[in-house]
Amino acid sequence: MNQNTDSNGLLLNVEDLKTYFAVRKGLLRRTVGYIKAVDGISFGIHKGQTLGLVGESGCGKTTAARTIIRLVPATSGSVTFEGLDVLKADKRQLQSLRRRITIVFQDPYSSLNPRMTVGDIVGEALRVHKKLSRSEVAGQVSEIIERVGLSPGHINKYPHEFSGGQRQRIGVARALVLRPELVICDEPVSALDVSIQSQILNLLKDLQDDFGLTFLFIAHDLAVVEFFCDVIAVMYLGKIVERADAKELYGNPLHPYTRALISVIPKVKTERRGQKTAAGGEVPSALNPPRGCSFHPRCPLAEDICRRQTPAFEQKGPRPDHFVACWKC
Amino acid sequence: MTNTNSILLSVEDLSTHFSTEDGLARAVQGVSFRIQKCKTFALVGESGCGKSVTALSIMRLVPDPPGKIVSGKIMLEGKNLLELSERQMRRVRGNQIAMIFQEPMTSLNPVFTVGNQIAEAIKLHQKKSSEQAWADTVKILDGVGIGDAERRVYEYPHQMSGGMRQRVMIAMAVSCQPDLIIADEPTTALDVTIQAQILDLLDELQRQNDMSIILITHDLGVVAERADDVAVMYASRIAEMAEAKALFENPLHPYTWGLLKSVPHLGFEGKRLQTIPGTVPDPLHFPAGCKFHPRCPVGCNDKRCQAVEPELREVQTGRHVACWYAPGYETQQERNEYESKYRQ
Repeated sequence: MNQNTDSNGLLLNVEDLKTYFAVRKGLLRRTVGYIKAVDGISFGIHKGQTLGLVGESGCGKTTAARTIIRLVPATSGSVTFEGLDVLKADKRQLQSLRRRITIVFQDPYSSLNPRMTVGDIVGEALRVHKKLSRSEVAGQVSEIIERVGLSPGHINKYPHEFSGGQRQRIGVARALVLRPELVICDEPVSALDVSIQSQILNLLKDLQDDFGLTFLFIAHDLAVVEFFCDVIAVMYLGKIVERADAKELYGNPLHPYTRALISVIPKVKTERRGQKTAAGGEVPSALNPPRGCSFHPRCPLAEDICRRQTPAFEQKGPRPDHFVACWKC
Repeated sequence: MTNTNSILLSVEDLSTHFSTEDGLARAVQGVSFRIQKCKTFALVGESGCGKSVTALSIMRLVPDPPGKIVSGKIMLEGKNLLELSERQMRRVRGNQIAMIFQEPMTSLNPVFTVGNQIAEAIKLHQKKSSEQAWADTVKILDGVGIGDAERRVYEYPHQMSGGMRQRVMIAMAVSCQPDLIIADEPTTALDVTIQAQILDLLDELQRQNDMSIILITHDLGVVAERADDVAVMYASRIAEMAEAKALFENPLHPYTWGLLKSVPHLGFEGKRLQTIPGTVPDPLHFPAGCKFHPRCPVGCNDKRCQAVEPELREVQTGRHVACWYAPGYETQQERNEYESKYRQ
């Protein structure tokens, strides 16, 4: 079932992707169950656009991203990147894919090798993928380093000499030095200070315009992504529960979970305590998800059918690109 | 504005320094503020600005060495906490002031059940029998929204989710009915929907128990909704302090103004976010003059900002600012000049 009726112009198309992790127990390590980290998600990203994948910790957003670039084996489904079936790509194709899809990681403290200089960290990909000479590598490294707002004098320094924001700039430079087409940003600002977050977000936005990048932007709350994304998909326990154009999602959220996420965004400059839509309780364990709609134990609208049957992910509301999985809306 | 009888705790000219291998880090310098009874006071700032060290200084938990409270007074009900013996201080902790830490996993003991840990505090501080303490524990856990408390007192911290662990931390903090709770980034490690639940819980307990709360956070949104008074810290000093409403409606310090502008918020239409250029200075190498001047859009080229550090001064009733350019900080003429620059 293709929910993206227009699959032309899609740079990345993910369909019914599932990633299960087997849970083994006992002496013989028998498989006793599965954690359905990603349980049948579908979305597409158009060239030059940004798709925001939003959800709380443990909802499978990072696993989904890692599955898309084959860092984690998929259980089933398909991922198509410019006509190429990523999940079936051979070794050579995979190497070229990794040149075209790169990642900016969340934690700039643990994702940079402390024993390599900035020049080595950023240049490593060039040496591996493009087999360039030393001077060519140096030229391209210093170009990208300047582009992300660092100075060429930083090239011979080590990561510990930099602040969090500068480190994240190094991470961005590393992801962009190969001139990729798709960049997966895995919570690139959540480890940074408030005044630094906006610097990095602006940088990413500028680079997107300059290099014509497409972003898959992963975030754990809806505050950051509104400004950043064209399309937003909200994940809950391995499934996408709502997907819509960013404006539509904020203006007319349908799923009760999306509404709860929007209502908990603190509002600077308002009087005390706006009305919060309650999402009581906690995210259930993915090992033992609730029957029916997985959000029903926390849902204020839950009815009998929600407890028994999983709702389909279907088009609802006035806009043709607004999809939601909920019995009650 | 504030009547002295309503003051629970006042911090006067507190300075805490750390001696490190690379030199002296002045983590807190000349910080003064007052906490009113039953009110929430928020201490806001980015990492490294000294907000947590301020909290630890109030609790006298600054590790010494390398840290040292070098000057100041912390007055709680007529007593200067900095002059108490360690033994007297131990009676203040828990009974009068309790603390909630950021990361509930690392601040709970993994080898004891949560019931054990809470009951221990009750036994020690309130001199109750084991049975009585245990009964209280169950009641308190129930009060912080842990369902099935009678069973869950026997659980270990690893059996609980992050939100539940933070509820346990809160239960421990309120177990001896303190007058003041210091919550150091109580929700930073939690998911967004859980954050709101925890903050609501703190609000509710505050009303029930008539407590004051010092809420330490980097999240201005949380502050706007929950705090009565706010102090914004930057590079070991308070940059601006006011009632929350006034501060958010009309920030006077360029740093506060920049922080408010750089937070992505709902309904944001523009293409780019406002930013504060540069980075937070390192406490070992603070810039001369006003510590914010290298990042300041107003005073970066001003000789005075570069050379002389402005003191925190009351510029309007109830509004304290440390900025040469803040309206009211100096004469009317300078204020006019400032405003023309500020507006553009």
